[in-house]
Amino acid sequence: MNVSLKIKSVQLPGILLSGSIFIFVLMAMSALLLYSPHVDLTQIWADPYYRHITQFSFYQALLSTLLSVVFAIPISHALFRRQFWGKALLLKLFTTTLVLPVLVAVFGLLAIYGNSGLFASLFSYFDSKLPFSIFGLNGILLAHVFFNLPFACRLFLQALSAIPEKQHQLASQLGMKHWYKFRYVEWPYIAGQLPHIAGLIFMLCFTSFATVMALGGGPKSTTIELAIYQAIKFDFDLQTGALLALWQICLCATLAFFIQKISSPTQLKSSYNASINTYHHDSWYSKCWDFFWIIVVTILVIPPLLMVVLSGLNQQLLSVLTAPTFWLALKNSLLIATCAAISAVICAFFILLASRQWRLVGLNHRADKIEMLATVILVTPGLVISTGLFLLLRDIGHLSELAFYIVVAVNALMALPFVLKSLTVPMLQNAQKYERLCTSLGISGFNRFYWIEWKALKRPILQALCLSFVLSIGDLSAIALFGSHTFNTLPLYLFQLLGSYQMQSAAVVALVLLLLSVGVFIIIEQVFKETTTSLDRAEHD
Amino acid sequence: MINFSQVKYHYQQQNFEFDLQVEQGSLVAILGPSGAGKSTLLNLLAGFIAPMQGDIAINGNSVLSAAPHQRPISILFQDNNLFTHLTAYQNIGLGLHPGLKLDAQQKQLIQTMSEHVEVDKLLDRLPDQLSGGQQQRVALARCFVQKKPILLLDEPFSALDPVLRVAMLERVSALAKQQNVTVLMVTHHISDALAVASHFVFIDQGNASAVERIEQLTRSHPNQHLAQFMSAEVNK
Repeated sequence: MNVSLKIKSVQLPGILLSGSIFIFVLMAMSALLLYSPHVDLTQIWADPYYRHITQFSFYQALLSTLLSVVFAIPISHALFRRQFWGKALLLKLFTTTLVLPVLVAVFGLLAIYGNSGLFASLFSYFDSKLPFSIFGLNGILLAHVFFNLPFACRLFLQALSAIPEKQHQLASQLGMKHWYKFRYVEWPYIAGQLPHIAGLIFMLCFTSFATVMALGGGPKSTTIELAIYQAIKFDFDLQTGALLALWQICLCATLAFFIQKISSPTQLKSSYNASINTYHHDSWYSKCWDFFWIIVVTILVIPPLLMVVLSGLNQQLLSVLTAPTFWLALKNSLLIATCAAISAVICAFFILLASRQWRLVGLNHRADKIEMLATVILVTPGLVISTGLFLLLRDIGHLSELAFYIVVAVNALMALPFVLKSLTVPMLQNAQKYERLCTSLGISGFNRFYWIEWKALKRPILQALCLSFVLSIGDLSAIALFGSHTFNTLPLYLFQLLGSYQMQSAAVVALVLLLLSVGVFIIIEQVFKETTTSLDRAEHD
Repeated sequence: MINFSQVKYHYQQQNFEFDLQVEQGSLVAILGPSGAGKSTLLNLLAGFIAPMQGDIAINGNSVLSAAPHQRPISILFQDNNLFTHLTAYQNIGLGLHPGLKLDAQQKQLIQTMSEHVEVDKLLDRLPDQLSGGQQQRVALARCFVQKKPILLLDEPFSALDPVLRVAMLERVSALAKQQNVTVLMVTHHISDALAVASHFVFIDQGNASAVERIEQLTRSHPNQHLAQFMSAEVNK
């Protein structure tokens, strides 16, 4: 229908924005191409070192994914079936591990499994040495599982909670016991989500930067992402950096393509609605089985977080909190994260205004395309974009002056896919419900935004804002290239402290970062408890 | 006077053609089997979709270039008539100003109109705290504060029980007469049409070419399809 092909004025900003994001990324990529004029990716495969890091990137991602996903199945199943004290809190913590600043988690893991951590002191008490080292593949896997297993659990839990109550009743009426019920009722729901979840986690682990940077032990366990950084920052070998970045883009694009093919992504709900099921075929054996897995995951998730809090409260607390370096880093972090979060949400809002208009008239392909343009960052990891920008702007101006803006832009770009994902459905539903009503009442422009979108979507919008704030405040990959002694953020400061073995100061910084990340979400929750009851009520006289 | 002259529209392999006139002040029931194009007719008039050919005029002036809110029309949908995050009062107020900037006179009008439809005690409530009938009454109040000469009803009361449904229709009919509003209502129920309508249109496979007086709505109507439709509906 030619009527609906016309672009509405409300769609223009979104189309322009997503176009410019795409051009921005293209520019960064063309800078990479410029620096490696003879693009010969076979060169990478011919070099034994680069071949090794490519293989290692795949190897560690594969193992991390397997461990996270396989164990997430019995754990989520157990969590789904059982009610216990602290379950809500545990599930809340699950949501935080994915957005937790990587270095905070790494610090927590080091405090337990590290060379001078809890385990090491336990072993030394019995006059023996720690039988493993957290540096290298062990640590990378441990950290990746720490981040992704709870994430996978939450997604599986959502899948399981989609089982209609009637099917549970039917299963118990038919006398289907544990294994059969799992096999015929619950497994199909899990299996439906499996390719998507595994694909997502594989991608996250494949492009993981900060984890490998902090826990990778030398050339033996290095990923492509880290090799790019090392080539540029330490070897000043821009050409190799560019070549590796292009190699990374090729691999990521191929991976993303295959993951897209095998999976049908579903909506990420922000909450998991527990329905209390009654099981008539319970037994001691299955109780033990379930609680075994619940204990396993609790041991994985809680102690590192607890250690961050406990070790943060040390005698260095005062001296760190009075150091100007700390306050400067804190100020930069807050500024960057706030700017990046606001930019990401504004971009996402306009892009979704454009795409949902198309969805309303059934032009889903077109809507998908404009959203994909804006999520191109998923194929080009943040570090790759930073590398491109680094090369591009090196000749133009003083990097140190532009550094702030670049870091904000890259962080906003990295948060954008998550923001888009969390706002797509609420914004579309709002339009489906109210588009005709708004046009018939002539509610448009600012009135439409304030009375209809903002008033109805305050919660998802603020949650998206929080999410991107937390993602940005913990990010290390954008600041790693552009940071300096004068331009520092909390994660970079933490990394420097860890690197120089100032563990007590590092502990304080890790605690501050943890409080910042978790605090934002708590504040938002509290705000909503009040607004939903009072503010939305009538205010007329 | 509403005039559809040779209006053509095409959607999902179906052709629609409307050619009819509606007199000012009449209450027209739009009848026809599911998918015949009852809602399409309303959507064309409201301006949510544009015809491919032909013209739609109100009192002699073509409205095709006007946006939905610029047309002299208010509309009541089957559902989603109220913004669930806004109070009943705010929902009615949006009919007067799209940014809720209301003067004293308009506030008074909201009060009066909500008394008319008996929701004046419920103005502070959110739609979720209202029953289905109350929700549609609030939406109806908004339609009438808009003071537009034409009201379109797209089966807004179909979810209500039969007694309540007829009561609502009678209320609409009375208000419309009082304010000389022309009403076009889509309905599934012949009984509704017989109860309140002054005229009817039968949409037959996407075509409608005549508005007839309600007295002519009988099982012995010369149009075969209409006669069949009547028997089937009445027997239900």
